Amino acid sequence: MANIPNFSKKIKVILKTDSNGANDVPDYTTEVGLNRLVKGIAKSLRVMTAGFLIMGGLLAAAPASAEELDPSTFAYTIAGTFLQDDAPIPGVKVTATLDGFSASAESNEFGEWSIMVPELGQYQVEIDQSTIPEGFALTDPETGGVGTADLSETDFAAVLFSFGADTTVRASFSDQLLARVFAGLNFGLLLAIASIGISLIYGTTGLNNFAHGEMVSLGALVMWVTYIIWDQNILLAALFSIAAVTAFGWAQDAGIWKPLRKRRMGLNQMMIVSIGFSIVARYLMLLFFGGGTKDIGGGGEIVQLGPIFTSDITLVGMVINVIALAGVALFLTRTRIGKATRAVSDNPSLAAATGIDVEKIIRIVWLFAAALTGVAGVLYGLQFQASWQTGFDILLLLFAAVTLGGLGTALGATVGALIIGMVVEVSTLFIPNELKYAAALVILVIILIVRPQGVLGKKQRIG
Amino acid sequence: MDFVNILNLTGGELIGAYTAAYILCALGLAMHFGFTGLLNFGQAAFAALGAYGYAVATLTFGWPWYSSVLFGLLCSAIFAVLLGIPTLRLRADYLAIVTIASAQALRFVFGVGEYREVTGGSNGLSQFGESFYSLNFLPDQRFEIGVLTYSSDEIFIRIVAWSLVIIAAVLLLMLTRSPWGRVLKGIREDEDAIRSLGKNVFAYKLQSLIIGGTFASLGGMVFVMTSQTNQPATWGTEFTFMVWTILLLGGAATILGPIIGGMIFFALLMFIQGILEGLVNLGLLPFLDVAQVGQIRFLLVGLALMFLVIFRPQGMFGNKRETQFNG
Repeated sequence: MANIPNFSKKIKVILKTDSNGANDVPDYTTEVGLNRLVKGIAKSLRVMTAGFLIMGGLLAAAPASAEELDPSTFAYTIAGTFLQDDAPIPGVKVTATLDGFSASAESNEFGEWSIMVPELGQYQVEIDQSTIPEGFALTDPETGGVGTADLSETDFAAVLFSFGADTTVRASFSDQLLARVFAGLNFGLLLAIASIGISLIYGTTGLNNFAHGEMVSLGALVMWVTYIIWDQNILLAALFSIAAVTAFGWAQDAGIWKPLRKRRMGLNQMMIVSIGFSIVARYLMLLFFGGGTKDIGGGGEIVQLGPIFTSDITLVGMVINVIALAGVALFLTRTRIGKATRAVSDNPSLAAATGIDVEKIIRIVWLFAAALTGVAGVLYGLQFQASWQTGFDILLLLFAAVTLGGLGTALGATVGALIIGMVVEVSTLFIPNELKYAAALVILVIILIVRPQGVLGKKQRIG
Repeated sequence: MDFVNILNLTGGELIGAYTAAYILCALGLAMHFGFTGLLNFGQAAFAALGAYGYAVATLTFGWPWYSSVLFGLLCSAIFAVLLGIPTLRLRADYLAIVTIASAQALRFVFGVGEYREVTGGSNGLSQFGESFYSLNFLPDQRFEIGVLTYSSDEIFIRIVAWSLVIIAAVLLLMLTRSPWGRVLKGIREDEDAIRSLGKNVFAYKLQSLIIGGTFASLGGMVFVMTSQTNQPATWGTEFTFMVWTILLLGGAATILGPIIGGMIFFALLMFIQGILEGLVNLGLLPFLDVAQVGQIRFLLVGLALMFLVIFRPQGMFGNKRETQFNG
């Protein structure tokens, strides 16, 4: 999501003073309306333009940095929307050049992009084709990636690029369905290893951890830093990222949750603490890693399996996912610690009475859950794109998966995650793409009406 | 650093229309959580339904302000019933997840391009306040309060917003002191005990959800009426958690709590932001820029939420015995 900075109330008041009645400058009022709540959500280009203008005014008023060209003072906009079959294409880098000046931007989740430029003229606008995500392509890769923006008269110019197959021959429904089922399987596997973490933590401590999504984001973002910025070997980078998330999980438990358990804090209270912690972690990540969407995997090599187009990264990711899930199953059923974990989930007091060190098990569960979530974060980042909000965006899907399968059971979480992944992807055949997450959440609500304990849950758990 | 300006802006937050809008939502949440013990994490949905209900009724149906208000409230009440029937029988944490999930799903629906004709898609709706602002009885001039100047409409929306806050607070006070309110508090303390007295716990919870949701819808209407813009991005989870922070700051099972809590919360945020921006502009915080100061604002919300729940769950005005998280 494009990160639009929050503008202070100061600007609001200045604006209000300036724009009597506010009817002639609706863009400004739009910005003002969001003033309190602007939080890095992509908005219309009109609003973005106004935002930049406001920032420009602010920086001009308060001399900040003394750079030669301060982008926030640019007054002209080149913009457009990348769409393929009405589906927005996020994260595509586009560059505008004119006489040695060049500026670039990335499309947001709605496929919208805009570049601010300092002066009028005929700009050449070019798409960086390596940033086009998997599944999307220019209609004409040879020349279709270059366009012109005529900014000679107006202060705004739109540039159109054509994506998708030129011919109107479309894949048959069964082929499309197969492709979506494959994508759903992949997404479901990803959700599964992330949601097992939630499920194990819930099972052993009773905590609904709303900060779990931030571990996914952290995994992806650390991967971005190590793999892209530091340019390390992919395996090394992945291991480092997973280690970082594991350390974060341990620190989280030792620093926050263990002391709160000692205070015997109520579970719902702890849940609200985790919400606060999730907000803190998210905005810290925004401060450290910046707001943009990170492309980590670069799409990978395209592989065709019958009617399904996928990439080598996705296939390797799926194999790793399946191995990880098998590992979890073996761990929980075959090892002493795994059995102890299940015992603690079932009845902590009874487990303690049989000589199990409950706190130690919880610590191990946290490490284990964080490591799995780190794997999920790395794989998610490599296959899709990641930002500081990625984890929070899928958090509700994770909760849906866990609830669907039955709170507190690892196998249930896996089943739930596969169902949710499938629903999310297959639903795009029938409903608008933007609503696919909503479809999963509606499924969650319906399941709760019909079978509140979840698919595999025990009735007693719903209380 | 311009302290006078910062203090003036801080003072402006105390009487701001947005502050009042959040307080209305927090009063609704006090009904849900403080007095009934419902963990509603979807307050943004109720506010969004009020806002969209009003805007759609005005723009699409061409209705006057009073019908639009009623339509917004009706939407929110229907949502409360739809949400409540499957979830109110479940344990508290299920309710939490389902309410937050429903709120997000609703936001996706509002933002989707397919229904752009009605909802405006991701751009949202704007310029729907004509009928409402035609009620403005104030002279068309600028009003000066300190260094802040307000237009006639800006003063008008503040008067309406704070009147609504007072009405909602009085209503809440009367409701919670009535026999009906005592049953709610009983449900909060011990559902089974109330059930054993022959009360229909589910019905009481549903009524509480509807009434609290109505307050939030009014808050949502005030929120979008201030700038006459309504965008789906506004109604994210941050909105809900901001309301929670206000409520917990003031005290969940109190009526004065959300009001004073909201005023202090926004004034404090503004003050901290002003100071930080001043420091950044003076070059004293080289690792931050002005845009990031706005992000720190949310960081502070998160921290406030954590520390309040851990160290002072009853808030400023609450009674510790009355703060029940049912955990």
